[in-house]
Amino acid sequence: MVNNQATERVNPLKKWFYKEGSAYGFLSMYAILFIIFIVVPVGVAIYLSFTNFDTIQIPNFIGLKNYVTLLTQDDIFMKYVLPNTIEFAVIVGPGGYILSFLLAWMLAQLPKTPRTIFALILYSPSMTSSVAMSVVWLTLFSGDQTGYLNSFLLGMNLIPEPIQWLQSPKYLMMMMIIVTLWSSAGIGFLAMLAGVLEINPELYEAGALDGISNRFQEIMNITIPSMKPQLLFGAVMAIVSTFQAGAIGVTLSGGNPTPQYAGQLIVNHIEDYGFLRYEMGYAAAVSVVLLLMVLLFARLSNRLFGS
Amino acid sequence: MKINFLKRYSGLHNSGINPKGFNTSQIPFYIILLPLAAFMLLPMIFIFSNALKPPDELFAYPPSFFVISPTLKNFSDLFSKMSNSGVPVSRYLFNSVLITVVTIAASIIVSTTAAFALSKKRFKLKTALFAINTVALMFVPIAVTIPRFLVIKNLNLIDTFTVHILPGLAMPVGLFLIKQFIDGIPDEVIEAAQIDGASDVRIYLTIIIPMIIPAIATIGILTFQATWNNSEISTLYINTDSLKTFAFYLSTLTSTSTGNVVAGQGMTAAAALIMFLPNLIIFLLLQSRVMSTMAHSGLK
Repeated sequence: MVNNQATERVNPLKKWFYKEGSAYGFLSMYAILFIIFIVVPVGVAIYLSFTNFDTIQIPNFIGLKNYVTLLTQDDIFMKYVLPNTIEFAVIVGPGGYILSFLLAWMLAQLPKTPRTIFALILYSPSMTSSVAMSVVWLTLFSGDQTGYLNSFLLGMNLIPEPIQWLQSPKYLMMMMIIVTLWSSAGIGFLAMLAGVLEINPELYEAGALDGISNRFQEIMNITIPSMKPQLLFGAVMAIVSTFQAGAIGVTLSGGNPTPQYAGQLIVNHIEDYGFLRYEMGYAAAVSVVLLLMVLLFARLSNRLFGS
Repeated sequence: MKINFLKRYSGLHNSGINPKGFNTSQIPFYIILLPLAAFMLLPMIFIFSNALKPPDELFAYPPSFFVISPTLKNFSDLFSKMSNSGVPVSRYLFNSVLITVVTIAASIIVSTTAAFALSKKRFKLKTALFAINTVALMFVPIAVTIPRFLVIKNLNLIDTFTVHILPGLAMPVGLFLIKQFIDGIPDEVIEAAQIDGASDVRIYLTIIIPMIIPAIATIGILTFQATWNNSEISTLYINTDSLKTFAFYLSTLTSTSTGNVVAGQGMTAAAALIMFLPNLIIFLLLQSRVMSTMAHSGLK
């Protein structure tokens, strides 16, 4: 009797192990790393966002105070960081995304060899490290007359004196947008290029028979509907890389905070509070807001392209 | 053969998507793409050109974009130099190479095993776990820099070699791409092997791996770019200079910032070129595989 019960108790576990054990075995390494470096940090961020934590003392719970402060008292956040982030994200996100799609579509109209060469050139900015590129930007846009852009514009008599491209609050945001757009043809662009090429050519022939007469109609009625999954993937990648690119202002101007907060994005705000002022709880609250923003934008693109 | 030749050069089938050869309808695309590509290339050419410039050309006024008399002096200067703390530059480069190679190998193993389970194994949580990974595609690592730091500190990984490798291994995009690619392998192939008595490990090693080489190449490239170009890990988690990476060293050359950029401009350019070249070469070698993986990238 006792023996019987024991086997009954062991059996389902054994059965489960026999059936699903190897699947979890294969998953385990990824799952452990995923939990340690993605799930736990996000969890810790959410927890810390409800506390007051200066890295030395034990965090004490203060409820929603960080969020209330962020929304009502953080002048820098409301006056500079949020508008800057929205301006940057709205131009670089959809801008880079539409640019990537159009480039992918144009490249698909070319034979293989030139297409590969162009794809390589357009993708190359995405494979360079931001560190290596900052070397280039700092020299090209250097603020004195030896900067290449200044020297060029002075030589053409387009500007009377050198412009502080990276230090002046007036130009910093513009430079950040240009530099980020320049490297916007990333992994999403490759996915979209593959997506355009995958479309069954018969669809175009059928479309021609149905009275599609120009390229624009073709894009709207055949290309885009046929590659929605790739478009969604590209959109998610564009959103992530846009927010991930947030450090560019600090890289270009050489310091956090950026001159008169002109290039201050939400990512820099987190760093400012977390690593410079050691207000970890508050920084965590800003992180959570950032993650929520990404999620919101991703949902929005899911609405647009989801099936 | 002859028909193919005709097709290729008559231009009859050369308009529309993925043409086989040249057609006049392609000219507008070239007109748009050529100047754009030239513009995109400028910074790349600039890296090459500056790295090869002798000092008098680097500081010439007005500055010239292209190098006139190329020299390798910047490279020899770079490698004969020590960092401020007495670590030779070659040490940073060695660290970078070693870290990158180990990370790529580990990343391939971690992602392919998990992708195999998520694609071909049957278990209850399968759909839920894949959905979680899809949400994680939207994860922005830079947002959780601080909690990550706390996690790494509590695991006693600060100032160790492993901290360069572990955090990047769970890469949602990589798992996603490989899983989609494995989905393309017909279930019958695996069922046939199971009937023959092959274990899961054997199926993974002898059937799955050989069939997903393009996807492996892709995740290899993505891991390479993330690791080779990474200077943040050295900045945040490493205190001992001899454990830091080349990308970090390059960032110290630039971040002493504004005033100092001129001082070592030639060396900095040479270092930037060393950072950039492996990216270019590896992508050149593997680009066709990457493209065939990307065809499976759709998010539904």
